[in-house]
Amino acid sequence: MSEKNNNKEIDKITGQETTGHEWDGLKELNTPAPRWWIWVFIVTVIWSVGYWIVYPSWPTLTGSGYRGGTVGILDWTQYKKLRDNQKEILDIRENYKEFFKATSFDEILKDKKSYTYAVAGGKAAFRDNCATCHGSGAAGAKGYPNLNDDDWLWGGNVEQIYSSIKYGIRSGHDEGKYSEMPEFAEVLNDEQINELAEYILSLNENNNQSSENTLFADNCAACHGNNGEGIQDLGAPNLRDNIWFYSSGDKSSIISQIKKPKHGIMPAWEDRLDDPTIRMLALYIHSLSASQ
Amino acid sequence: MQESLEKNPLRLFSEQKIIFPKRVWGKFRKIKWIIMTCTLFVYYFAPWIRWDRGPQIPNQAILIDMPNRRAYFFFIEIWPQEIYFLTGILIFLAVALFLSTSLVGRAWCGYACPQTVWTDLFVWVERIFQGDRNSRMKLSNAPISFNKIWRKLLTHIAWIVIAILTGGAWVFYFNDAPTLLEQIINFDVPWSVLSWIVVLTFSTYLMAGFAREQVCTYMCPYARFQSAMFDRDTLIISYDEFRGEPRGKHKAGDSWENKGHCINCTECIQVCPMGIDIRKGLQMECIACGLCIDACNKIMKKINLPAGLIRYDTEKNKGRRFRNEKEKKGLLRGRTYSYLSILLILSVAILYMLLNRSILELNVLHDRNPLFVKLSNGQIRNSYDIKILNKSFKSKKYSLSIEGLKNSKIKIQGIESLSSNNLPVVANSVGHYRIFLIADKNKEVRKKVIFNIKELDDEISDTVENIFISGKY
Repeated sequence: MSEKNNNKEIDKITGQETTGHEWDGLKELNTPAPRWWIWVFIVTVIWSVGYWIVYPSWPTLTGSGYRGGTVGILDWTQYKKLRDNQKEILDIRENYKEFFKATSFDEILKDKKSYTYAVAGGKAAFRDNCATCHGSGAAGAKGYPNLNDDDWLWGGNVEQIYSSIKYGIRSGHDEGKYSEMPEFAEVLNDEQINELAEYILSLNENNNQSSENTLFADNCAACHGNNGEGIQDLGAPNLRDNIWFYSSGDKSSIISQIKKPKHGIMPAWEDRLDDPTIRMLALYIHSLSASQ
Repeated sequence: MQESLEKNPLRLFSEQKIIFPKRVWGKFRKIKWIIMTCTLFVYYFAPWIRWDRGPQIPNQAILIDMPNRRAYFFFIEIWPQEIYFLTGILIFLAVALFLSTSLVGRAWCGYACPQTVWTDLFVWVERIFQGDRNSRMKLSNAPISFNKIWRKLLTHIAWIVIAILTGGAWVFYFNDAPTLLEQIINFDVPWSVLSWIVVLTFSTYLMAGFAREQVCTYMCPYARFQSAMFDRDTLIISYDEFRGEPRGKHKAGDSWENKGHCINCTECIQVCPMGIDIRKGLQMECIACGLCIDACNKIMKKINLPAGLIRYDTEKNKGRRFRNEKEKKGLLRGRTYSYLSILLILSVAILYMLLNRSILELNVLHDRNPLFVKLSNGQIRNSYDIKILNKSFKSKKYSLSIEGLKNSKIKIQGIESLSSNNLPVVANSVGHYRIFLIADKNKEVRKKVIFNIKELDDEISDTVENIFISGKY
């Protein structure tokens, strides 16, 4: 099948040189990389030198490039490219921000394009800043209000939501909203507190009931209203509706809230977020509730 | 074995032998010219046909609009979720190919396949600049000279121009043709379009200029499995060896006694674009273009013998002729009947689906976070994302209603006071709304509800089932 010829063994069938290696009668054909391939390889090696000159490439200890290293004569980095690309987006955002600064909520609510932008932007800001307490779907938890429902402690129109976010509640900010329910354990005895709790439950069960309760009128009505309907300016919750904040609607949790009320804190976001972002947040939260 | 190998060394691959098909005149050549003109005409001009669909909607009769995910074909429009229409049409075309193959062999390959059409076109160009078979062969073997250079150069320039036009026409099927032409003239072409033109220019130049018959022999899968559709009743290009053999030279006036009618002029080989000898019988390479029939008939006429030494014939008929039986056509047989019935069923099904295609669809997606919201009056609110697919070419208004809930109320989120019985959706687009569904608390935590969408001034409607969640579960 094969013959030695100038130290080269030629395979008869393929006409190709063999490597001379033989395993159990099988011989390997010598198939070197094609010449054109070698040339392409050499050209790419030469080409790469151009890259060293033009682009940042070699790490050095003292180089002025990113994290040390050569800079390249084009002065190009991925970070610069990213920044340029981002600039386009940032410019668009900047336009909207300027628009939000100069525009009232009423006008934004009427302009579909900027409203859509505000709700989307508010959603993103909400997930970054608010979701920790209020949940990513803004459904809240015990002690953290559900922002989807129609029950508002401090008011649910856009302006009210905006000021709650901006200045916070019990936040220590000068403009912040503040309310504090006294600890009635020191004012009333257990029997009276029990009676109050039962009265509040009865308000809740029968929305049309209007029977007076002197204990309630004397101690609670000033903040919670004569019929327990709550007063939003004071942040006093509505006791007649189906939504509970600290209690879960059962007597013992109502009693404990009367005796030693809990108070949550909503931070003031004025210093942490810029005004357009807070406005977008207010519009987003307003969009969740479908009320007012 | 050893000796024969040394005399005739085996190769793992055969080298491409360049084929110089000779010019031919005749019935099948005429058919090929006509089909070539028609197919090229359709290819180049189909994107320019206009078809009015209404304002804001493309008015191109045939258009695949990738960015907007729409495909238009005259009165048909296909949305991405209706891609099964395309599948159906492709299956239909495949079976149609099976049918034609079982009837008349590889007629598609020989006459209508783009590879054949463009190769034919390129050979024609070759002939204009370099002459017919003999002079082309001579030029190819000649040393480099001015004559050779300019002839070859002009051929390749013409090929490249055709290739550019081919690639350039393709992109019109995916863009509005007049707009794109204007962009091309202004050198303002999107890079995606440009890269398609470049790729298709290159592939046309390569496939029709150089690869040619190699594509049919080595690349095309259809060429390989077409034999499965052949049987002894299929019309194939066949050489009548009973009449032709023994072949040999024949002087005018000599007797035909003990001589076959084939005079071994090799005309059939010279005209063959695949470079095969049809006298060896049916071969895998044969694309059934019929040019050898034309070539042979011309010779037969010259030597005053009846035409048809090479002709379209079936294996069965060849046998019948040999046994002096009557020839019969076996076009309609079990195989063709079954292909025909599949075609019939498919076309009825596709037509039925197209004619009953709904132009309104509703999608409802329940909010996942939060699943439900308890309201202060004790009612429950669920939110949904709804999509109204308006597949018509008119902007329309719809009304949404709910079945299966007590005291239910629908609110639409948005800035305008949209109501659930007046939801506008722009023509040929998807209307996206977020809705709040408010209802009394249900004992069933997951209550099935039916969403109905109805066109305001028409009877068209769609129904979707979803759930209303009243509490944790």
